[in-house]
Amino acid sequence: MIKVKINGQEQSWDGDPDLPLLWFLRDEAGLTGTKFGCGQALCGSCTVIVDKEAVRSCITSINDVAGREVTTIEGLHPNGDHPVQKAWRQVNVPQCGFCQAGQIMQAAALLMDNPKPSHDQIREAMSGNICRCGCYQRIENAVHLASTGV
Amino acid sequence: MNFIDNPGKLRGFEKHIKVEKVSRRSILKGLGITGGFVLAAPVMTRQAFAYETGAGKMPHGVVVDPRVFVSVAPDGIVTIVGHRSEMGTGVRTSLPLIVAEEMEADWSRVKVQQAHGDEVKFGNQDTDGSRSTRHYLLPMRQIGASARTMLEQAAAKRWGVPATEVKAVNHEVVHSASGRKLGFGELAADAAKESVPAIEGLKLKDAKDFRYLTKGQIGIVDLHDITTGKARYGADVRLPGMKYAVIARPPVTGGKLVSFDPDAALKVPGVEKVMKVQGWPWPSKFQPLGGVAVIARNTGAAIKGRNALKLVWDDGANGKYDSVAFRKELEEASRKPGLVVRQEGDADAALKGADKVIVGEYYIPHLAHISMEPPVAVADVKGDKAEIWAPVQSPGGTRDDVAKTLGIPEGNVTVNVTLLGGGFGRKSKCDYALEAALLSKELGAPVKVQWTREDDIQNGFLHTVSAERIEAGLDKSGKVIAWRHRSVAPSIASTFAAGTVHQAPFEIGMGLADMPFEIANISCENPEAAAHTRIGWFRSVSNIPRAFAVQSMVGEIAQATGRDQKDMLLELIGSPRIVKPNVKDLWNYGEPQDSYPIDTARLRKVVELVAEKGEWGRKVPKGHGLGIAVHRSFVSYIATIVEVAVDDKGKLSVPRVDTAIDCGTYVNPERIASQIEGAAIMGLSLAKYGEISFKDGKVQQKNFDDFQVVRIDESPVVTNVYIVPPNSDTPPSGVGEPGVPPFAPALINAIFAATGKRIRSLPIGKQLEA
Ligand code: FES
Ligand code: FES
Repeated sequence: MIKVKINGQEQSWDGDPDLPLLWFLRDEAGLTGTKFGCGQALCGSCTVIVDKEAVRSCITSINDVAGREVTTIEGLHPNGDHPVQKAWRQVNVPQCGFCQAGQIMQAAALLMDNPKPSHDQIREAMSGNICRCGCYQRIENAVHLASTGV
Repeated sequence: MNFIDNPGKLRGFEKHIKVEKVSRRSILKGLGITGGFVLAAPVMTRQAFAYETGAGKMPHGVVVDPRVFVSVAPDGIVTIVGHRSEMGTGVRTSLPLIVAEEMEADWSRVKVQQAHGDEVKFGNQDTDGSRSTRHYLLPMRQIGASARTMLEQAAAKRWGVPATEVKAVNHEVVHSASGRKLGFGELAADAAKESVPAIEGLKLKDAKDFRYLTKGQIGIVDLHDITTGKARYGADVRLPGMKYAVIARPPVTGGKLVSFDPDAALKVPGVEKVMKVQGWPWPSKFQPLGGVAVIARNTGAAIKGRNALKLVWDDGANGKYDSVAFRKELEEASRKPGLVVRQEGDADAALKGADKVIVGEYYIPHLAHISMEPPVAVADVKGDKAEIWAPVQSPGGTRDDVAKTLGIPEGNVTVNVTLLGGGFGRKSKCDYALEAALLSKELGAPVKVQWTREDDIQNGFLHTVSAERIEAGLDKSGKVIAWRHRSVAPSIASTFAAGTVHQAPFEIGMGLADMPFEIANISCENPEAAAHTRIGWFRSVSNIPRAFAVQSMVGEIAQATGRDQKDMLLELIGSPRIVKPNVKDLWNYGEPQDSYPIDTARLRKVVELVAEKGEWGRKVPKGHGLGIAVHRSFVSYIATIVEVAVDDKGKLSVPRVDTAIDCGTYVNPERIASQIEGAAIMGLSLAKYGEISFKDGKVQQKNFDDFQVVRIDESPVVTNVYIVPPNSDTPPSGVGEPGVPPFAPALINAIFAATGKRIRSLPIGKQLEA
């Protein structure tokens, strides 16, 4: 039995230990905010925070996070008012929105690590997250805004 | 064309097919529905916004009925139905916003409800062709004005005063003479009993009184849900007892399953079943390709199970499709005469007599849509009833196709439209929903079919591949006197009918036969090309290769004659006039020529505007260059300037993009800007990396590592968007697609300015590294 804490709640799994965390979250735990975009750690749609680090849940097995703390978009802030989320709304970032949970989680992890990233650092840190709609200019601006206070 | 079995239901072919003028009323009667104010075509009003669009000719036309689209609850909450699909354009916000504007509803007390697929009730729902605002600005205003009038009438009756003395203002109706007021909620029940006013008598608001329209900065209605993970896309639908399916499809279009061995798959923990999926012979419109489905308790197990399947395929007739060889075929065809689709003067003679002939041969490969959300659908089929939850651009078409595929009446099919995680034309084809319906029927349980990214890239409906060849003949003074453009590409029509070798009229009208330059001798030709894979609409469709070729050629002529690109462009566009190409029934995006002519004054205007705002001619650092391009598509006019920087290793970056758009009367400029910003990214992606290639009939790319798209660290540093303010009587035109076509040629012209290298084949790839 694998035990893992997701958004503060203890969850357990006794199925395939190799099951990617992404599918455990989405299909077994019903946390569908984390998205599937590529399954190969190429797009960042599935980004969650494990302990304090952004990870791609599509290539992270449920076994790999046993005993650790996973935060998904649903658990980032109780009212959805994390500075990154607020900045995202202020800048009207999303188009289709599908990549945005991953983008927001990546940005939140970046700011934990580097509270005042430069524009180049933002572009570098966010470069694993694809937005096919092309919201990049606004993503960059929103991360910057979140880092300077919303 | 004889391949259309049911023209009224074929999406996107509206000009290509015969549209029967059926009375919608008679259809309504036939279905036993009474009431409802349903129109076969938009109604002209005596207001300033009087113009005609092609909306009435779309399948099921337009429905203007406040009772279908608006409801007011006793607590004052106004619910407005959004009947188009939201894939990132903001349409789920902007159309209801138009209704709210006209009815004087307070936007903060408006809820948007997504319509299910029902075109008899809601009118056409095909969310493609950049049509939503174009076709629905006026009808949504009329719906809002009707609702407002009904509320006003109800208040006037309550107070016993003439309706002319009362006025709806910000969610209440006011009688200013007596100072009385009633909230919308208090009037809801009475207003519902009022008769729906005739459209002809409706008074629309004066544009100067707009609170929301054209003002911008209205956030999309799903903004909070998207940023908190609550927004529901197709993949997020979960039903009790639902099974998860992943399908192995034939790797070659038209291929068939010979045999399969499910044993290893069935040993994967969580896998419950392996079953065949019915396929249709190619071409078969949007019907599934068939294959083998792995059914599991979660998607991860289904994917793992599929990887363990042993499959034997018969590749069939397309097993030799090879992109290298096919390119040669297309290019050879482009060097010989082909079907003439437009002829003015004598291009042959003029080219022979020209002082100088400039020849450009351009190549643009297949592209895949790869919306961020891969195709996915949930179906629950019980007996002769089916319910679908899916991210579809065409809910009405999906409903028809599910009914036909399952052999049940259309009325027994419910299509719930979720948010779309991107569409770009891919989700106009509902094959994934049909797969889910077939599997659910067989399993007797709800099923979610999830496409992986590999499936999306390898089994999609690709953007065509084309060779474009342009010959421009110049006289001694450098003036262009002859223009011959040959465009060779498999047609989208090939997905509907075997043996298609020519482009359909709607493709010919996308930047080939509608070319706006003022040149005396013009020949536009379409040599034959057969398809060897499924071809489909991709954001802006044939405009991508045509704008690339035509606007690159402008750069080449400027280059050959030592002229400034922008001056050359304006000279070629010529005098302000209405262009009337010598083409019988020239396709005009389904719009009447009267409302939407090819207007070179507007084309010039966007060039001049972007040149001014984008500081054309400004000094740029060494290794940088500016390029410009303009293109009319989806009856909008767009010009783009790209500043590129190419370093000494041939690595390119884009410091700045400026785009001017004239899309006529508009709703939410904030979303127009976001569409144009995104179009620059998509344009840069296809220019830099975009290529799907085939070998032995199979797509060679698999995922984002070998079919790359632009990431944030290589995206333009800044994209500026300028919107041409419309005259009060300029009809609305497209926004979602037209931003894409001018980007690549502007970039290529900029690269020439920076490096002296002329790129004629996309993607750029490593071409600058040599
Ligand atoms: S789905 Fe995990 S990185 Fe794309
Ligand atoms: S908003 Fe659509 S993919 Fe990013």
